[in-house]
Amino acid sequence: MIPFFVGILLLISLIEEAIPQSFYTNVFSKNIFLDSIIGTIIGGISTGSSVTSYVMGGEFLKQGISLVAITAFLISWVTIGILQFAAETYYFGKKFTIIRNILSFIFSILAAIIIVFIYGNI
Amino acid sequence: MEIFKKNSKNTKIYFLGFVILIYLIIGIFNLELFKNSLSFFSELFIKIFPVFFLVFTFSFILNFFITQKQINHYIGKSSGYKRWIIAILAGIISVGPVFVWYPILKNLQTKGVGYGFIATFIYNRAIKLAFIPVFLIYFDWKYILTLFIVLIVFSLIQGLIFEKFINIKLPKETLNS
Repeated sequence: MIPFFVGILLLISLIEEAIPQSFYTNVFSKNIFLDSIIGTIIGGISTGSSVTSYVMGGEFLKQGISLVAITAFLISWVTIGILQFAAETYYFGKKFTIIRNILSFIFSILAAIIIVFIYGNI
Repeated sequence: MEIFKKNSKNTKIYFLGFVILIYLIIGIFNLELFKNSLSFFSELFIKIFPVFFLVFTFSFILNFFITQKQINHYIGKSSGYKRWIIAILAGIISVGPVFVWYPILKNLQTKGVGYGFIATFIYNRAIKLAFIPVFLIYFDWKYILTLFIVLIVFSLIQGLIFEKFINIKLPKETLNS
C-alpha cells in the first residue's frame, strides 16, 4: 500500500509545482456556460486541500469570473479525481471510477447552476 | 489467490516506478521543477502522515472489533436510510486527502457496504466545516449554506444511482489487498 501512496503523493507534488496559479485565471472566457465547463475541468484536474479551492474561488470572484463557474470549480475540486484516478481504479475498479467521475462532472455543472439560481432568489 | 496478491503488489511497485521515471526525466530537463516537486512532496508527506496513521488505526479497529452483522445493521444495503446519513456525516467529518480513505472504504465494501455508500461518502468530502471561516472571507453564509445543502442532495442522488441502476462486481485483483 505504501508504494502506491508515495507514487500518488509524488504525482500530486509534481502537478502542484508544474502548473502556475496564473494558468487558472487565464483560461476563463467570461462566458457563463463555457466557464462552468472550464471551471469543472480545472477543478477536476486540480488537487490539494479544499481550503486552497476556496481561496482560489474567492480570487476568481474578484476578477469577475461568474459565480456558476466558480461554484462548478469548487465542487469538482473535491468530487472529481483525475489525479487519484489510478488509486481509485485500483481499489474500486475501472467501472466505478469512470462512472463516478462522469456523474461528478455532470453534477458539478448542474449543482452549480442550481446553487446560483437558489442563491440569487432567496 | 496468491496470484492476485502478487499482481496487486506488482501493480503498486510498477506505479511508483513509473512516477519515479517521470521525475528522473523531468530532473534531466528541468532540475528546478524536480527539486521543487520533491520539496513539496516532503512537506505534503509530513502533513499527511498523521492522517495515514489515523486511518490505518481506524481500519485496524474496524477489522478486529466491528462484526459483519454490525456493518450490515448500520451501513450495509439492508440498513435502510441510516447508511445514507452515516455516509454523509462520515464524508463531511473525514480529514486528509481522499485516497487515504480508499483502503478503509474497500475494507467496508468487502464486508457488504455498497458502491452507493462509497460514492456518497466521497461526494460529501466537498463539505468541509472546519474551513468555513476561510470560506466566509470570500463568500457569505447564504451562499455557503446553499452550496452545502445542494451538495448533500447531489451526493444522495449519486449514491442512489449507483445503488439502483449500476451493477458492479468487486475487482478481483483487490480482493486480497
